[in-house]
Amino acid sequence: MDKKVVIVIAAYNEERCIGDVIAELHKAGYDNVVVVDDGSKDATVQKASAAGATVLQHAINRGQGASLKTGIDYAVNEDADVIVTFDADGQHRVEDLPAIITPVAEGKVDVTFGSRFIGKPKHIPLVRKILLKGSILVLWLFYGVRMTDAHNGFRALSHEAAQQIRITADRMAHASEIVEEVHRLNLRFKEVPVVIRYTDETLKHGHGSFSESVRILTTMLMKKFFLR
Amino acid sequence: MPFQLSALQIVVVIFAVFAWSRALLRLRDRKISFWEFVFWTIIWAAVAVTSLLPQTADIVSDFFGVSRPIDLAVYVSILLLLYLVFRLYVKQEQQVQETTKLVRTIAIKHPKRK
Repeated sequence: MDKKVVIVIAAYNEERCIGDVIAELHKAGYDNVVVVDDGSKDATVQKASAAGATVLQHAINRGQGASLKTGIDYAVNEDADVIVTFDADGQHRVEDLPAIITPVAEGKVDVTFGSRFIGKPKHIPLVRKILLKGSILVLWLFYGVRMTDAHNGFRALSHEAAQQIRITADRMAHASEIVEEVHRLNLRFKEVPVVIRYTDETLKHGHGSFSESVRILTTMLMKKFFLR
Repeated sequence: MPFQLSALQIVVVIFAVFAWSRALLRLRDRKISFWEFVFWTIIWAAVAVTSLLPQTADIVSDFFGVSRPIDLAVYVSILLLLYLVFRLYVKQEQQVQETTKLVRTIAIKHPKRK
């Protein structure tokens, strides 16, 4: 049975990598690629469009969480069976996609999360490792969910899971929010080993800097105690 | 003993009456609810009474176990400000989410396909 897989990519000023990432996905047979341009100031839209992706444009920058939610909502409207969130900067590998997609496509779980800490972890920069382990601890303390990785943007959701999960955090805290939602909705999930390619380009981006971690924690605290 | 008012007391009372009349007008325009009007009535009445009869402030601060009325005023102000900051935070968060929703709706309505 063929399942419709839609790959959602949130992109903000990614003109350097976005074309190659889409080309790589198409080459591997993933034709439904949706790029959500988050108000980029560069040629991200043109590059993504030229590479053959469907492009949704945020008129103004709203953050990665908001962009992914836009892409996920669009994919749900397009009747996707499996929705994959994938990074725009080339840090996720196309060869890891089958492992992420299959458990959801076969209906064994509702959500899969990529984890760089199971299997044989490749080299992960020390500061990033400490921050990620800290985030894992926070997820456990906040939601009682034991994960081996946190803030890994590589994940797959079933159509039904995507419909139910509420993402209200516009910026980076969405990654923790998705875990919280999986826990709240009692969805079946699985962690799948993936390899994250750390390059100068990928290290420049969010997930993993100290100030970003503090911001995420503040958002989580405010949401948990005041905004519900 | 004749009841003498200082210039400051007169100004404060006039201001309180003026501010209260604004609240009344906004109630008539239905810009504020009845209970908000009650809240502002209490606030401005308290301001006027404290200005005309300063000794009432001592009674109130004594009741709360605070030695000086001015200390009580500072404590209450801090609490009030904290509450207002919290309300603003919630309001601002709602605005942010509304903006995102709008941006999202427009984006989904106009997909760019090759």
